[in-house]
Amino acid sequence: MSPKIAQRIAKVFIWGGGAITVAILLGIILYILIQGVPVLSLDFLITPPRGGLTGEGGISTAIIGTLYILGVTLAIVIGPGIGAGIYLAEYARNNRFTQIIRYAVGILAGVPSIVFGLFGFTLFVTALRFNFSILSGALSLVCLLLPTLIRTTEEALKTVPRSYREAALATGASKWQTIRHVVLPAAMPGIVTGIILCAGRVVEETACLYVTMGGSAAMPKSILSGGRTLSLHLFYLAMETRAFDKAMGTGAVLIIIIIVINTLTNWLSHRFQVKMRGG
Amino acid sequence: MENKMQTKHLDFYYGKKQVLKNVSLDMKERQITALIGPSGCGKTTLLRLLNRMNDVIPEIRLDGDVLLDGENIYAAGVDVVEVRKRVGMVFQQPNPFPKTVFENIAFGPRMMGQKNRLYLEEIVERSLKVAAIWDEVKDNLDKSGLALSGGQQQRLCIARTLAIEPEVILMDEPCSALDPISTLKIEELMQDLKKQYTIVIVTHNMQQAARVSDRTGFLLLGELVEYSETSEIFGRPRDQRTEDYITGRFG
Amino acid sequence: MNHVIIDRTAKHVVIICASASFVILGAIFIFTLREGLPAFQQIGFINFLFGTEWRPGQEMFGILPMGLGSLLVTLGAMVFAIPIGLACAILLAEIAPYRIRQFLRPTVELLVGIPSVVYGLVGLMLIVPTVRQIGGTGFSILAASLVLMAMVLPTIISISEDSLRAVPKGYKEAALAMGANQWQMIWHVQIPAARSGIVAGIVLGMGRAIGETMAMIMVIGNAVVIPDSPLSPGRTLTGNIAVEIMYAAGLHRDALFATGVILFLVILVLNTLATIALRRGIRTQGVA
Repeated sequence: MSPKIAQRIAKVFIWGGGAITVAILLGIILYILIQGVPVLSLDFLITPPRGGLTGEGGISTAIIGTLYILGVTLAIVIGPGIGAGIYLAEYARNNRFTQIIRYAVGILAGVPSIVFGLFGFTLFVTALRFNFSILSGALSLVCLLLPTLIRTTEEALKTVPRSYREAALATGASKWQTIRHVVLPAAMPGIVTGIILCAGRVVEETACLYVTMGGSAAMPKSILSGGRTLSLHLFYLAMETRAFDKAMGTGAVLIIIIIVINTLTNWLSHRFQVKMRGG
Repeated sequence: MENKMQTKHLDFYYGKKQVLKNVSLDMKERQITALIGPSGCGKTTLLRLLNRMNDVIPEIRLDGDVLLDGENIYAAGVDVVEVRKRVGMVFQQPNPFPKTVFENIAFGPRMMGQKNRLYLEEIVERSLKVAAIWDEVKDNLDKSGLALSGGQQQRLCIARTLAIEPEVILMDEPCSALDPISTLKIEELMQDLKKQYTIVIVTHNMQQAARVSDRTGFLLLGELVEYSETSEIFGRPRDQRTEDYITGRFG
Repeated sequence: MNHVIIDRTAKHVVIICASASFVILGAIFIFTLREGLPAFQQIGFINFLFGTEWRPGQEMFGILPMGLGSLLVTLGAMVFAIPIGLACAILLAEIAPYRIRQFLRPTVELLVGIPSVVYGLVGLMLIVPTVRQIGGTGFSILAASLVLMAMVLPTIISISEDSLRAVPKGYKEAALAMGANQWQMIWHVQIPAARSGIVAGIVLGMGRAIGETMAMIMVIGNAVVIPDSPLSPGRTLTGNIAVEIMYAAGLHRDALFATGVILFLVILVLNTLATIALRRGIRTQGVA
């Protein structure tokens, strides 16, 4: 086979790969939106799910449940996660201990979410008697998200050039002043991107919450109530109620949320790069 | 003339590698001291020891004293932040913060707790004027420091150092990333600055050392081979190795 | 306040936050191990791993059916995802014009963000009925593999693209200067140079595939059988935990924790392989 023909075949294959990837994505998004958007209405968003068997009603309690979980999880995870990221990037000496921690964080970031669910179910739901609740779900998610947040924070801090730190120190700033007034502001878009990524994970995560939140369709009264997120609601609709039109509607809401989150992170990381170049 | 800074029998190690060997150097007040030598000779390391910038690097060891006005800056209980306020530093690559021109200059005073806007404006203007960049940036004080040209960035960094009113200014190859015209501007600026400040400059450019400095030290493999008046070093070097280096017979 | 005191306080706050994180992470490791190890002892490591019967009611805990289920859906997903992902990575790194790249890359990122239940729903509504046309109920290893393929594509694409991009320009120009055409350059120079990174992408994609839970539950049928064809239903290790943990007790519960330990180990091995591959890539290419 002549090189020219080989190249032509290869390019067909390569463009084919790209086309399939786009087709998969557009296929999923368009399918869900086309099936789901007709279901959407203000009513759908603000009424609670009613019938257990036919899936009557809307998704209001699932929206509230998602917001609850999102708020509680982020409120708990941000301090330790970002603190640990700052510690690893700015304070930790590069010794064996630090390397082990980094390695463990890396492993935990890859551990299946259901393992965190298993942990959360046994510790929070059963042993600590938080029962199936928003609190149990949120605490399990905190464990799930910590490794990701630590890593993204550390990476964001590491992209801040060493020259900034040296300049600040040489200008008589103390170590903490350097971190607080130079390093953190420079890394902030990266850190915020990490937090938004975590928010995205909360919205899409299901397995971990399936075994810790209980899935009550009622309006949560406190963080000790059970509840369901939109993703969990979709799962119940599709697998138990078999109300596929409602599932599609919920899916459409999820897709819209994810597109908004993605656009936000892209915009932020774009701004981050512009800032680092001095625009 | 007074010795503003001195190093006494300085030995310095990175891990097991000895980078400086028994270096004793006097830096006179309101003079420019140049350090020259081939790359890896330890000149930048020596410079960074003068305001304890090497403290951030782990696994280092230092023997000997570094004196500022006769007091050892490595003595126990000395506040490193105070040392760096008195001994400012300008780096090889211009490194403005990703902040406005104004905030770059006001950074140091702010870190010292200065909040008075009028005072900050005054010190920003004064520093930029002394650094001979005021006319170029006075209308753009709220523009990002990173948007300036390389030469302007470096003068901005000098102005930032001036704003903390240091006594000594360390310069680590400040012109190596700049074009010839910007280099000339910085060299002129140094002549102005030495009326008020003690300057120590590391350079790999021998002509630059000859042009700007009053005294020159030649380092080789961590050793201070020769140190005297600049005219002496370049006119009548006493050590064969110095002569080899300045005449370019060296690798 | 004196900056020395502020500095010390800030450092302590950071260290407290960091310790909290590390204690939590350590607790997960230790807790899972502690709950899981008794099952290994009681059931026996070999019986547990290679036992073909999983009947909690009769105290029979062999996870081979689920292990095979996880393995087969992962391999199935890889069969589809590797060629498509690699082609897409080459397109992004080398061939596509700037504007197409600007469109393609966010597309790939969006694939990561889509909730797994949405993948599951699409699988349930579109893929399962399609597979049913071929035979069986449609809830099958094949359907699960196809759903997983879409989910692991982004991992393979982005890591492979990065490593293809990291190949020094000098290598590529040398090949082109010797008269190779673009494809010969890619095939004979760029892909071999980026091999380690591509392997790392594939390995990390496998990690993601093995960990997927809900989408698998939705399309695989969840029957505890040893799958004998792509059309056969099955159950994954993760799905097994999710479906049974809420009513498990005693040895049954410990056996699920032991499954968690196995998943931990699999991820440990896969991540270590990926790390080694990436390190080797950095060394041979001399670039990060």
